[in-house]
This record gives sequence, C-alpha cells and structure tokens, in this order.
Amino acid sequence: MAVKVEVKNLTKIFGRRVNKAKELIQEGKSKAEILKEAGATVGVDQANFKINDGEIFVIMGLSGSGKSTLIRMINRLIEPTDGEVLIDGENLMEMDKNHLREVRRKKMSMVFQNFGLLPNRTVLENADYGLEIQGVDKTTREEKAKTALEQVGITGYDDEYPAQLSGGMQQRVGLARALANDPQILLMDEAFSALDPLNRTDMQDQLLDLQEKMHKTIIFISHDLNEALKLGDRIMIMRDGEVVQTGKPEDILTHPANEYVENFIENVDRSKVLTAGNVMIRPVTINIDKAGPRLTIKRMRNNEVSTAYVIDNSRHLVGIVDANDVISLIRNNSSDLRSVVKSDVPTTQEDKPISELMDDISQTGIPIAVTNDKKQLLGIIVRGAVLGALAGNEVKDVD
Amino acid sequence: MLTNIPQLPLAHWIDAFVDWLVQFTGFFNAVTNFIGSINSAFQWVFDLLPIWLFILIVVALTFYVNRHEQNWTLLVFELLGLILIWNLDYWRDMTQTLSLVLTSSLIALVIGIPLGILMAKSNIAEIILKPILDFMQTMPAFVYLIPAVALFGIGMVPGIVASVIFAMPPTVRMTNMGIREVPDELIEAADSFGSTEWQKLFKVELPLAKTSLMAGVNQSMMLSLSMVVIASMIGAMGLGTKVYFAVGRNDAGNGFAAGLAIVILAIILDRLTQSLTRSRKQG
Repeated sequence: MAVKVEVKNLTKIFGRRVNKAKELIQEGKSKAEILKEAGATVGVDQANFKINDGEIFVIMGLSGSGKSTLIRMINRLIEPTDGEVLIDGENLMEMDKNHLREVRRKKMSMVFQNFGLLPNRTVLENADYGLEIQGVDKTTREEKAKTALEQVGITGYDDEYPAQLSGGMQQRVGLARALANDPQILLMDEAFSALDPLNRTDMQDQLLDLQEKMHKTIIFISHDLNEALKLGDRIMIMRDGEVVQTGKPEDILTHPANEYVENFIENVDRSKVLTAGNVMIRPVTINIDKAGPRLTIKRMRNNEVSTAYVIDNSRHLVGIVDANDVISLIRNNSSDLRSVVKSDVPTTQEDKPISELMDDISQTGIPIAVTNDKKQLLGIIVRGAVLGALAGNEVKDVD
Repeated sequence: MLTNIPQLPLAHWIDAFVDWLVQFTGFFNAVTNFIGSINSAFQWVFDLLPIWLFILIVVALTFYVNRHEQNWTLLVFELLGLILIWNLDYWRDMTQTLSLVLTSSLIALVIGIPLGILMAKSNIAEIILKPILDFMQTMPAFVYLIPAVALFGIGMVPGIVASVIFAMPPTVRMTNMGIREVPDELIEAADSFGSTEWQKLFKVELPLAKTSLMAGVNQSMMLSLSMVVIASMIGAMGLGTKVYFAVGRNDAGNGFAAGLAIVILAIILDRLTQSLTRSRKQG
C-alpha cells in the first residue's frame, strides 16, 4: 500500500525557552522536568508514523495527550517545533505560504469537534465555503456542495442557518463542507465527540459507508476507545505527547504494549471488536472421504469430545457427528458414516463481530462453525473461548 | 520640598507643538476643505428635501429596518418628535446637527474600523493603541477645541474634528473586540480550507464581528451627538448653538426646547443603528 502521510520526529513545544526544552528532550527528561526547568510544555514528543492511502487512522488519547496538537501540525494550523510531515512525499514544512494554502485547498480538509460552521452563512453557503475561496464559480460550487450534502444525507436544508439544525445535522454539514473540496485526506478532530450517543453511532456508520465508496485517507482523532476500535483500520495510542502503541484494533486489544494501554482497554466492549476469527478454536475434524466409523470413534476418544466436525477432502464442512450415533453404527456393523452426519450446523463468517453472534451462541447447544466463503471449515466457536476473550484473556488453541 | 523642583513646562511644550503644526497650513486647509465638503454634501441633501418628505423617509426607513418586529410606538414617537422639531422651528438647526453627527461618525468609522482591525491582528498595535484610545476618550472634550481652532479655524470643521477624536474610540475598541472574540475554531476552519488573510477577514471575521462593530458605531454616534453643544462654542452651527445661546441669556425655556430636540434626534439615531444591527443578525 502506498504511504500517503508520513510523520517524522514531529515535535511541538509550547512556551518561550523552546531550545532549552529541546535539549532536555534529547537528554531524555520527562515532561514534568522540562516544565520545571525550561518552563515549556511538550505538546507532542517526536511522533513517528506512516498512514497508508485509503485507510482510517485513529489517533487515540485522553485530553492533554497531544492528539489535537498533532492533527493540527499535519495541516500546519499549529507550526511544529521540529520534525517533518510528508504528504505524498512532499515536505509540508518546506512549503511557502502559497504552496501550503494550495495543499490545504486541494488535498486535505478538516472536520472540527464543535463543527466550526459559520453562523452567518446558510447550510449551502457553509458547504461551498472551501470552493468559494478557491474562486470556483457559483453554479459549479453550489452543485458540488449539494452533492456533498446529499452524500451525508442532508437535503432540503440548503437555506437554513446552522443554528436551526441539531448537532448531528450540523456535523453532517461540517463533513459535507470537507467533502465538497474532494480532498484526498480528511482530518477529523474529535468530529463526533460533541454528539449524543445515538447520533454518534449514526455518524460513525455513515462515515464507514462513505469510506467504502470514497476510499479517502482519514485521520481521525478520538478519546473514545470504542469509537477508535470501530472506525480505525489502525489505531495509534498517545499519552503525554508520546506515541505509546500503533497497530490494528485486535492487536491493541490482544497485545497491549504496556500497562497504560492495558488499563485503557480494560473497559472496552470487546464483543464489538473481536470477531469470530479472533475467538475460534481448531475443532476435532473427521475427513469423511477417508475415515469410517471406527477411526472416527477413536479420534473422538483420544480428544475426549462427544461431537466431531465432518469435512471432505477439500475441507468443506459437511456436518457434525455425535459419538452415540457412531457407536450404534458400529454395533449395527454399518460403515456408512454419512447416514449419521447432521448437516444443520450453525455457521458464521470469520469477520462477524462477536456481538452479533451472542444470540446464536446462547441458543444452540453445539458450537458454531466458522467457514470462509467457499464453505471451508476454519474453526469453531465454543462458549468458554468467547467468555474468555470478552474477559480479556487470549484465546488458546486446543491442539 | 516639592517647591524646590522647577515646574515642568508641559503647557509650553504643547503650545510649541501646536505652533509647529500650524506651519502646515496647506495640509490643514486641504483637510478642512475635505471635511467641510462632506458636511456640506449632507447639508445640501437635507436642505433639498421638503420637511414632510424627510419625516416620511425617516419613518419609512425605521419601518423597513424593523420589519421583522412591528414597533409602532417607535414609529409614532419619530413622527411626533420630528413634527415637534418642525413646529418649534428648529428644523434647520436639527439638520445642521445631523450633518455634523453623520460627518463625524462617517470619518470615525472610516478611520476607526481599519484601526480596530489592525489592533485585533497585532498585539503590538493593541498595546500601543489602547492607552491612546483611553486618552482620547477621557481627556475633557473641551480641550480638543483649542488646537482644533488653531488648525482648522472656526466653524463646523473644527467641531467635527473634535467630535471625531472624542467619538472614535468605541468603534476601534468594539471592532477589535468583535474580531478577537471570533471563536478559534472558526478561524481554524477558515485557515484549514486555505483562506487568504483577506478572505478570512471579509468572509469570517468581519461578518462575525458585525454585531459588536455596529454597537461601536452606535456608541460613536451617540458620543459625537454629545459633542454638539461643546462644538457650538467654536462656531459649529445647529441645535447646540441654540442651547449655548440659551445658557448665555439664562433662557431656560429655549434651552430646554433645543435640548429636547437633541434628545429626540439622539433617540431616533440610536434606535435606527440598533435595529440595523439586529436585523442583519437575523440574516
């Protein structure tokens, strides 16, 4: 995947004695020590990361962790003290005013926590602001703004003023304004944090829907881990201006880098993040094309299970067999294993979140089979593994 | 002990400064002519209009700017107030005062708003301008009359100049405040979409500062109206002159009558500029 945004050693120090503070950072002094000795606050301390084209990259952290400062350095709303921001390989720090303005106009747009809508302009005039300042003629820009408003699901409010709209609607206008420019990069600063929970979920879903069509590179700031896990292709966790961990949502849940991240993810609703693939274990399988009843019962005894999953030569799921049925088959001297295979096994796909499987798991007595789109058996989900995963334990394979 | 220290010749210094300024007669004459012609233009229009038409225009204008909220009491007050001024035979004086107020407000605006913008954009400008504005506003207005006469002669113009100095600070201050109070997020939004400084000023900052700016204009107008009696001492004609003469003759009746005309004019100007602010805000 192509790297869209690369951040190298990006540092921001607020205060007067910036150079002194820089030296202290080099010496490895802590934030508190630097504040005491140089009277300067380290906003962001040498952040390094790459963001791929078309991914949603969530920067996570509590307030004061430097995440808002960091996103503002990516479009230079805040001038970094040190470091580089490369957009498509171009160094933003070396650009003059005009070049920077051009990048802001064409390449990236920002969505703000409190919407940042101009109260004296109508919805439509807000949505086309970015185009208006580029000197796009009125018909074209209104057309584009209307398309953007439609995309985010706001029609018929063109002539209303922002104050007449609910928070959720206002943020949709904010998003439409950012989209109207057709930027490659969206910077979203706590974009949904000011919304009520229902609206927030709505907007998150909408953003994911839009992203499926648009494939923009989205840098999303959040302090809500559930939001980060839901939206992020990758997540970067920050603390006190430092990057603590960067990784995929499951990686962060299953392999927290340190105690801080561990505490952080303690209260997360794992059922929404973990998928069937994360909690499945390898089942005892019987290849129906090779094994007869006697071999079957032997394998089941060895593994101490009363049911086994039946597959064929190409690992397609055929069904399950019960030990009692196999034993009676042997007593009847029959070798037709197929006759006792039950084919009505509950199945699911690998990427299904556990939260959606809860009902099935609680209702059926037999474990759910996880298959891929070719109906090949990948694994099974047993209750114990699910509960363990929700409690934060790693899933251990049986084998 | 203090008597041992020689007195500071502050008055001499200022005299010397004013004397030094007087040598630029050409420049001050030009300014005088310029300000005078603005004032005459206003006066010319007011003289041209028949009184009944003037009253009608004022009432219609009030009705228009207040069209969202029918304010009949104000309309009736304006109608009766203006007719009263006409009836008391203060009409010509009233238009002279109005010309003076409008001219000085206009000049205060043209100078004050850019100064306010400069002050909002530059912290250094704010540090320098703040004490100057305080000085301009707190110095007794009478004091301005003396150099004004020396530099601009006698008549309307020195009165206008003194009014401008006294009345400008609110416009500057309120423009500065209005721009500085634009929420950071909106400034960031304007910047993040790639606005130039001018685009940011005209599309974001000034529109959002409008309410506060108009409040400043309103205050400036009221302050320059409060100068009319003082300005009449150096020959600025109008209602102020009537009050001033009445004081000289100990003529309470005429003094109050002229004063009442000033009050009526003040209320009309105040309500008009106030409702301008409000109706704009609703968009």
